[in-house]
Amino acid sequence: MPSIYVDHAATTPLSAAAFAAISQQLQELGNPSSLHTHGRATRKALEDAREAIAKEVGCLGSEVIFTASGTEANNIALKGLFWQGRAQGKRVIVISAIEHHAILDPAQWLKTHEGAEVIEIDVDSNGVINLETLKTVIAERANEIAVISIMHANNETGVLQPISEIVGLAGDIPVHTDAVQSFKKTPLSFSQLGVYALTLSAHKVGGPLGIGALILRRAVEIPALLHGGGQEREIRSGTLNAPSIVAFAAAAADSYPQAQVTTLRDSFIDGVKALIPDAIINGESSYRLPGIVNVTFPGTQSDTLLLLLDSAHVSASTGSACSAGVHEASHVLLAMGHTETTAQSSLRFSFGATSTQADLDFIMSVLPGVITRGRAANIK
Amino acid sequence: MKLIAAMSGGVDSAVAAARAVESGHDVIGVHLALAANPQKYRSGARGCCTIEDSHDARRAADVIGIPFYIWDMAEEFHDGVVEDFLAEYAAGRTPNPCLRCNEKIKFAAVLDRARAMGFDGVVTGHYARTQISESGKTLHRAVDHSKDQSYVLSVLTIEQIAGAIFPLGDTTKVDIRKEAEARGLAVAQKPDSHDICFVPSGDNAGWLRDRLGSEVGPIVDQAGNKIGEHKGAYTYTIGQRKGLGLTIPTPDGSPRFVLKIEPVSNTVVVGAREDLAIITMVGERPVWCGPAVTSEVQTGFVQIRAHGSPLPCTYYFDGTVLIATLAEPLLGLATGQAMVIYDGDRVVGSATICETK
Repeated sequence: MPSIYVDHAATTPLSAAAFAAISQQLQELGNPSSLHTHGRATRKALEDAREAIAKEVGCLGSEVIFTASGTEANNIALKGLFWQGRAQGKRVIVISAIEHHAILDPAQWLKTHEGAEVIEIDVDSNGVINLETLKTVIAERANEIAVISIMHANNETGVLQPISEIVGLAGDIPVHTDAVQSFKKTPLSFSQLGVYALTLSAHKVGGPLGIGALILRRAVEIPALLHGGGQEREIRSGTLNAPSIVAFAAAAADSYPQAQVTTLRDSFIDGVKALIPDAIINGESSYRLPGIVNVTFPGTQSDTLLLLLDSAHVSASTGSACSAGVHEASHVLLAMGHTETTAQSSLRFSFGATSTQADLDFIMSVLPGVITRGRAANIK
Repeated sequence: MKLIAAMSGGVDSAVAAARAVESGHDVIGVHLALAANPQKYRSGARGCCTIEDSHDARRAADVIGIPFYIWDMAEEFHDGVVEDFLAEYAAGRTPNPCLRCNEKIKFAAVLDRARAMGFDGVVTGHYARTQISESGKTLHRAVDHSKDQSYVLSVLTIEQIAGAIFPLGDTTKVDIRKEAEARGLAVAQKPDSHDICFVPSGDNAGWLRDRLGSEVGPIVDQAGNKIGEHKGAYTYTIGQRKGLGLTIPTPDGSPRFVLKIEPVSNTVVVGAREDLAIITMVGERPVWCGPAVTSEVQTGFVQIRAHGSPLPCTYYFDGTVLIATLAEPLLGLATGQAMVIYDGDRVVGSATICETK
């Protein structure tokens, strides 16, 4: 029975190298913070991994702070940079309207509990941040802005954001970027981008769940969220998860078949357009990641389509957040000008290194039936 | 058959889904999100709309080994059940929202959607049975009469009953809990929900007062003399004796009962116990669960509350309304409730009581 996985933006298969690395390291004894032989051995493996990841993301080893997730890295960056700014009287947080909830929600929390003012920058119908708005905000409020956080590529549409230009506009204002979806999928260099901080997550690149990293400029000292043993520059205490970290590094060292995934994606888009002529590819005219396609199927409800696809052994996603399991209209698609109805008629298909043309052929064989039934069941 | 199992997160629907799977059906579990803002109900974990309940349902589906999804039916539920509940009370009637939910959500919105998606029917954990007879698939009481829910299912049409699967009707609740335990379902000992799910506090009168206001109105006797005041006629029920707050006693000291609620004049009419007695009830908007009732007078039973007793009666349909005449007078019957006609254990049909005599 076929089992088609087109949800690589949610999580990816563990790479063979990562599996070998985590299996090996799990058998090693030693807390990396211990000073004895066992500790030093684990520390050596961990620091090798840190440098390997640093190399992949274009930063210094000392700029890598390991966390338990991308969400944690985003929280440390946003809250830490806000608190640092607030100490100098700066209370404004600038984000985009299409950030992941791991930025949106901490920003809202800072607004509710810590006196932040949050400014959301709009995006155009192609899903790209409006640089004119950002320019105006910076021109008017530069001295009040504690942090600007704009994602590198959107997790629902794959649309890339002009981070270099944003850094250029920001001047001295610290810029953070959530690069969880971009890492390894598109050229990415921390030093070349010139951001203060950047978020990574292992399981989006063939690494294990439960490990992420915040890349933070050496000179930047921000308050910690977790206090304890003082690990990770005293910004993130807690015994380091050496097995997951070495697996993260092993996965990050794998090369990503960008051309192959791009070809598959384009073939998928052609197929969808041929079978469902009124389907809309969201962000199609923008620069975007090779592996993500977001499609609106007018006259359907995405949760119905997901059930029908799942029954047909195809795992896709709406890409948007759930509230008690209820699919809400995607804030990303709404920001791009969709109505509640069309936003609720959209699915994300995301491809990766293990995706094949046969996967696509299978999806195309079931898609027309799924859309027909989905339209019939759209009784509301 | 390909079936959707509606899973509330409770023990009954979990066992019902498991039994459907065991019978060889291809089953998918669906939890209906009925509250517009489920977070709001977090603290009141008694209904069927909390996040915890949806997690319980998901866990049960995983243990049973079936796919599980959540369907957002909040809008349909609000429009079809909550609004109806309020409108009925505002009109001086006493509605049953569970019945409305079965009629408009579980065996309408859900069943219609399921059928459009290629499913054959909906499985629920209701205590009721269906039988195939020469007149088609008919609806019957559960074996466990104390848990029987055929009353709240009596609004289902033949077409809806055709798509309804009730795997629990042949078993007692006690045995269902044992079975859940044996199946490794963690909800085995989860308490039953008793309250109206969208009134998580259980304070029905308070919930109504927040939405319908508490406009002061007169309490009068049958002669029209004002003998007291109330704060919202809708918080009273026909036959109610306690909580009237009347200080003027009756001449003979006998208690007073609510006889009538008049929403337009916001008046509550009270009187003696014997004035509550009715012998005939008239129901509008009838639904037949099997062969249609005709103008020919039949003998059977009528039930007027979800867990009330079946009362011997004769009944007929005059082409517009369903009329049942009781063998013995009944004290206190509110309009708005469903009158459900039974032929033995078979549900004949139901109608909404609009008049009593």
